Amino acid sequence: MGRREIALTLNGTQRRIEVEDQVLLIELVRGLGLIGTKLSCDTQVCGACTVLLDGRPVSSCTTLAIEAGGRTVQTIEGLADGTKLHPIQQAFIDRFAFQCGYCTPGMIMAAKALLDEKPDPDAATVRHWMEGNICRCTGYGSIVEAVLDVAHPERVGEKLP
Amino acid sequence: MVLRRFDVHKVTSVAEAVALRQRYGEDAAVYAGGTELLLAMKLGVARWPHLIDIKPIAALRTLAVTKDLVRIGATVTHWDLERDPAVANVLPVFARLEANVANVRVRAAGTLAGNLAFAEPHADPPALLVALGARVILEGPTGTRNLLVSDLLTGMYQTAIAPDEVIVAIEIPLPARDVRMAYVKFQVLERPSVGVAAVATVRDGKFVGPPAIVIGSVDEVPRAVPAAELAGALAGDPRTAEALAEAASAAVDPSDDLAGSAEYKRHVVGVFVRRALGQLMAGAA
Repeated sequence: MGRREIALTLNGTQRRIEVEDQVLLIELVRGLGLIGTKLSCDTQVCGACTVLLDGRPVSSCTTLAIEAGGRTVQTIEGLADGTKLHPIQQAFIDRFAFQCGYCTPGMIMAAKALLDEKPDPDAATVRHWMEGNICRCTGYGSIVEAVLDVAHPERVGEKLP
Repeated sequence: MVLRRFDVHKVTSVAEAVALRQRYGEDAAVYAGGTELLLAMKLGVARWPHLIDIKPIAALRTLAVTKDLVRIGATVTHWDLERDPAVANVLPVFARLEANVANVRVRAAGTLAGNLAFAEPHADPPALLVALGARVILEGPTGTRNLLVSDLLTGMYQTAIAPDEVIVAIEIPLPARDVRMAYVKFQVLERPSVGVAAVATVRDGKFVGPPAIVIGSVDEVPRAVPAAELAGALAGDPRTAEALAEAASAAVDPSDDLAGSAEYKRHVVGVFVRRALGQLMAGAA
């Protein structure tokens, strides 16, 4: 009680980690050096800390680390294949879908969860899904376009109406 | 923000959860999604040295649609509800409401039972659940009891759940086929400012019995609008909408806060009651 060992798959690697019950998932992943996951609002509003838990997007700032026990955690660091970026990462670059980049890891993880569940979303679906991820500098048009580019490679570069 | 130390007790039966509630009393909270609980703990407004994690209880994960009701186990999440084809089939308005609770991450972790147990006034589900006559099933040391959602919610962050009780399920009675419903909300912040649920039967253009109109997120608890005199009224008549909007604005007791002044909220309540009624009639067969 209070402290336990959990076994999880973190970005494809099996790990056993001892954690105290009150430790948050964001403390766990950042403590392991995975600092792509960002803390911002700390209240589940902004989405900067989004990671995938068994494929579902969660706020790692408001999820206990022990919830990862027996489950799969994906963070932004797990997306690229060596030096080859994940298509969503590449699309964010191609679309200039960020400026400061602080929200970007969370945006990309949220988008991944969406595209894994619905590979063919329309713009309204992307907007609805991503409305819990806040960007203070770029604006949302280019972000929605980046996600749509991945979903519809045949329409890459198309402007949203 | 770092959390203060606590122990999580993973339980595999409701009896075990109830026993821990009895043992620890005010020092323990029931924990499932944690979307509200952990926030309150991080902010320091609440502290529980013991969290009783009910997610391992298999029986609480059940989401069942029978011919009479939808039974939602205590650990069923908003994510589950918005995706369940049977729920979408029998209660499409409720499924749509669930798809618009907070954001995708809150829906992925948060449960409907937790939403009710926390009794946050600015929340979507309570108004519609009250309008539909939904009940909450509680289990405690002396057995099971059930409460209407309207009786469960007693004030801001206040419920009628006893310190040794655990929510096991929410039951929504299925309305007759010709009952119409609508839920509309106004939201500029992270939580709804005003939510209006409307449930009514309309035959030959007239309300059969009074329409159930419930205003959420304005008062501390969902507010039912007195509408007895509108039984039999012409549902599509602008005068009916006007009467309901006026009754609703008068029924709520808003206070000034971040979501707006009391006067503003009364106005928005009226506007959204008219919209809810419009949706109700747009779905007219």
